[in-house]
Amino acid sequence: MSGTGTGSGTGAITSAVEKTIALRREAGSGALIGYLPVGFPTLRESIDAAVAIVNNGVDILELGLPYSDPVMDGPVIQAATQQALAGGFRLRHGFEAVKAITAQVDAPVLVMTYWNPVLQYGVDLFADDLLAAGGAGLITPDLIPDEAAEWMAASERTGLDRVFLAAPSSSDARLAQAVAASRGFVYAVSTMGITGARADVDAAARILVDRLHAAGSTSTCVGVGISTPEQVREILGYADGAIVGSALVKALSDGGVDAVAALAKRLAAGTQDIRNTGHPARQLG
Amino acid sequence: MSLRTESGPYFGDFGGRWVPESLMAALDELSAEYALAREDPAFAAELMELHRTYTGRPSIITEVPRFAAHAGGARVILKREDLNHTGSHKINNVLGQALLTKRIGKTRVIAETGAGQHGVATATAAALFGLDCVVYMGEVDTQRQALNVARMRLLGAEVVAVKSGSRTLKDAINDAMRDWVTNVGNTNYIFGTVAGPHPFPAMVRDFQKIIGEEARQQVLDLTGRLPDAVTACVGGGSNAMGIFHAFLDDTEVALYGYEAAGEGVDTPRHAATITKGSPGVLHGARSLMLQDADGQTIESHSISAGLDYPGVGPEHAWLASIGRASYLPVTDAQAMDALRLLSRTEGIIPAIESAHALAGTLELGRELGPDATILVNLSGRGDKDMETAGRYFDLLDAEAAQS
Ligand SMILES: Cc1ncc(COP(=O)(O)O)c(C=O)c1O
Repeated sequence: MSGTGTGSGTGAITSAVEKTIALRREAGSGALIGYLPVGFPTLRESIDAAVAIVNNGVDILELGLPYSDPVMDGPVIQAATQQALAGGFRLRHGFEAVKAITAQVDAPVLVMTYWNPVLQYGVDLFADDLLAAGGAGLITPDLIPDEAAEWMAASERTGLDRVFLAAPSSSDARLAQAVAASRGFVYAVSTMGITGARADVDAAARILVDRLHAAGSTSTCVGVGISTPEQVREILGYADGAIVGSALVKALSDGGVDAVAALAKRLAAGTQDIRNTGHPARQLG
Repeated sequence: MSLRTESGPYFGDFGGRWVPESLMAALDELSAEYALAREDPAFAAELMELHRTYTGRPSIITEVPRFAAHAGGARVILKREDLNHTGSHKINNVLGQALLTKRIGKTRVIAETGAGQHGVATATAAALFGLDCVVYMGEVDTQRQALNVARMRLLGAEVVAVKSGSRTLKDAINDAMRDWVTNVGNTNYIFGTVAGPHPFPAMVRDFQKIIGEEARQQVLDLTGRLPDAVTACVGGGSNAMGIFHAFLDDTEVALYGYEAAGEGVDTPRHAATITKGSPGVLHGARSLMLQDADGQTIESHSISAGLDYPGVGPEHAWLASIGRASYLPVTDAQAMDALRLLSRTEGIIPAIESAHALAGTLELGRELGPDATILVNLSGRGDKDMETAGRYFDLLDAEAAQS
């Protein structure tokens, strides 16, 4: 299997997500990854919002599929995804959204989904349909590599990315496992907790990213709790990407597509003027 | 091959750890500490001493002939978990996990609760051991089990009314998991049933299997032979696994779990997970669950808060799949009738949850006939349900008075 640890130069990389991240890093910066749920506030507006944030500086999209029992999500994303479900969200809308978005913008689109919907759809069929829709892969918040045999096989067959999570509490052995299993990037959970904006990004995030780099990760993005351009800049000082979720969802909820586009633009400013000194590749090379 | 040696993470195709990575360190720690504790005679001795001097174990068995007259004349014997301190079987598991919490050195415990019995038991253990305690309870359940909310608060616990989703047990578990992900450094999650990620299904089962171990010997002593059938209600499945486990290898003993059929399994309002569910992942385990074609969890319904759950423990899914245990649905109305019948014939008011096992037993007795002996797990007492029962039967009396 090809983990993020194996893709050293952009030439060898087949993952569009990994390529995007590597290009941003080579340009002296890092990637901005934006999360929005499909079907919120409506399917149409969720597609428009996703396109708008890419047009305003988001490098990679993380499209969330609403789920009845989102244990990793805080109040903002819970409320949005519950509204989407109440509004009639079906899994097929996820594929429709990926297709509509990738028809309009070039940014890679990862789908963030809890595991049971994929299981019920059928892991292989889900992979085939995601690939056909133009999706780049999956971020799986409640699937650990230990339980992922079926998904490893399906992603290997289709070439889709598989983003596993790493937590500050993860042992070194588990971090090594997450790095080896992931393709696209490794999702470093910044803090012990669930999604939602926080005033400060935990010092734990930096330590975790350093540990992941030491475990061989060349593509490490930090998520959970990030909501401001300053936080994006701070994180890109040591990580390869910054993931913003709840803040974007709140902007969309409060002010619609224009507001979320404006926030994306401000966040993207945080990717400018980075002195990415924390990355081991830089220190070594 | 013995069925009693299964200890997870998998029971056949079911079980596992389908959780956020953020919980893996805590689950690994819990598994490791539990593995040590279960081999440690001092741990077992401390737990047994608590059971003897605090819980009131062993719980007695009571033969109920006047009730049994309605069950085809079969011999019916109740295992009286209702007589435990705090009023149900839940305390058996909680004391085990609270001792484990002390061993790990954590100072705060959290729990989910449906009927409030697991919450009350956890609040009780927290008071006993001086631990901080937060209990998550669906808002619907805080209303229908208001008495237990007051009990938990009196015991010093904080009760959080969960307002998301169906506002019942499943959503309380979601919020407890979110709390655990956030506070795992000082917090242990005392899970209330044999569901959830490994090690909970095996660990909770181990702490509950004392029910069946005691009852098996007590029935032998009373009748000179094993019962023909053992029955229990099934929510997540802890009281049922607790009484089934000692009998798993006694192939001549039939095992029956009764699920909540709410308004009927052919209506959308039920909680009959094994009867009507399909394999899926919920709350950290692969098991049977109520879900739609997209894998979204379907909200369950039962008059009994403790059975109002769209999932079930993986060991039950496995026992059902290999045919070792049978699972049958019991409606709200059948359960309430059985609750009243036991009250009037024997002077024992059962919890509405346990009344599902009694209702199932009435039918089973009629099938098996007068030569059969049936052991029923009376998992809890009905004090907490007096408001629900009062309203339920007042309504019938009012209708009766009008006609
Ligand atoms: C008295 C009683 N019986 C049964 C249950 C159902 O749980 P389980 O299936 O885990 O025994 C509960 C849960 O609250 C309960 O309070």
